[in-house]
Amino acid sequence: MREMIHFSFSFLGSNNMSLRTAQIRLVSSHPEVYEPCDDSFALVDALLADRINLLEHRPMLCMEVGCGSGYVITSLALMLEQEVPWAHYIATDINPRAVEVTRKTLEAHGVCAELINTDIASGLEKRLAGLVDVMVVNPPYVPTPEDEVGREGIASAWAGGENGRSVIDKILPIADKLLSKTGWLYLVTLTTNDPSQICLQMREKGYAARIVVQRSTEEENLHIIKFWRDFDIQMEAKETVPVNKTAPVGVMDTLLSQVHRLSLWISGNNSSN
Amino acid sequence: MRLLTHNMLSSNIKGVTNGFPLRIEVEKAIEKQVDFNPDFLKNMFPKIDWKALLDASRTMGYAELPDETPDSSMLDSDEFLRKFHHALLELHLEEGALVCPETGRKFPVNKGIPNMLLHEDEV
Ligand SMILES: C[S@@+](CC[C@H](N)C(=O)[O-])C[C@H]1O[C@@H](n2cnc3c(N)ncnc32)[C@H](O)[C@@H]1O
Repeated sequence: MREMIHFSFSFLGSNNMSLRTAQIRLVSSHPEVYEPCDDSFALVDALLADRINLLEHRPMLCMEVGCGSGYVITSLALMLEQEVPWAHYIATDINPRAVEVTRKTLEAHGVCAELINTDIASGLEKRLAGLVDVMVVNPPYVPTPEDEVGREGIASAWAGGENGRSVIDKILPIADKLLSKTGWLYLVTLTTNDPSQICLQMREKGYAARIVVQRSTEEENLHIIKFWRDFDIQMEAKETVPVNKTAPVGVMDTLLSQVHRLSLWISGNNSSN
Repeated sequence: MRLLTHNMLSSNIKGVTNGFPLRIEVEKAIEKQVDFNPDFLKNMFPKIDWKALLDASRTMGYAELPDETPDSSMLDSDEFLRKFHHALLELHLEEGALVCPETGRKFPVNKGIPNMLLHEDEV
């Protein structure tokens, strides 16, 4: 049985017609392309749950890494269409079939995104640096032997290497590079990916984090985490660098306070973003 | 592929230092109408490499952009913004290739989608 934790549909409101997402019957498919699944739905639900914030954020450039069927980027474009009509969308996938299927899915819904067949954001890293306002990623996160990562075909849709972290760990520094000063990242993770460690790692780069959706299915426990640059944390991250080098005691203090704060936001106290 | 995307893409081949801008080879260019939004254009303008956009738009058969990098006062001109809008967002490279300016390696563009995947010896 599927159970949902910490999640409610109350945000859907009663009569808001603009809360559209991609329709499964209009989503294209191909045997070698990942079909929308619990993780895809959880990510779109997270975006819906955060939609009001997204509208206020007024993103210019939104990007998806690993777009698969196109379900997520199409849904994002549809849910922002009315209020943020100027937003520009870019989606990448390493699988040539996936970008092709995404193109059809977008077309079937009457929305546009620029598609690039590439490894994460290879080719975009220089010129797109600092320009992405919203990035969404449902990465291959399933723990697998390392040599299954990045193989051709459907396996690359889920194969995540050790702890499912291989591709995630490559994406995070690239996301940091591409995100604008006020950029947000929505990332799908599994408990086995060690999401709190991911948050600590992002914290060292100056990002705050919040779990937008947590969902347990038969097979997996999913967290959709939102990251955003936080000024205080950035200052802290800058300060802790020299401390790390000189005083090991300081490192422990910092880590402990980070873990403490982590538990604070996990319990939902930090709701400003 | 819009020219905005072209303006953001560089050759990603290992060892290449001058990978921007990619030269465009056109087999088929198309136009798709996009709603005009001056705010988007004004925000994007400082991020755009003018020379790359100018050359790309000419290659695509559109010759209306000014030669000289416009200064930001041009952003008050509706006429200029409309041309900028057309070049940046409405011209699409549908079929063709992007060519690395340093190595000549071609990245194919099919159905509007550039393929930037590298061969093993290029990574
Ligand atoms: C779990 S699927 C998610 C697909 C879709 N976004 C969704 O939510 O339904 C992961 C996607 O990432 C793509 N992918 C895997 N490794 C990648 C890489 N290095 N660069 C870009 N995309 C990658 C896969 O091809 C696959 O389409």
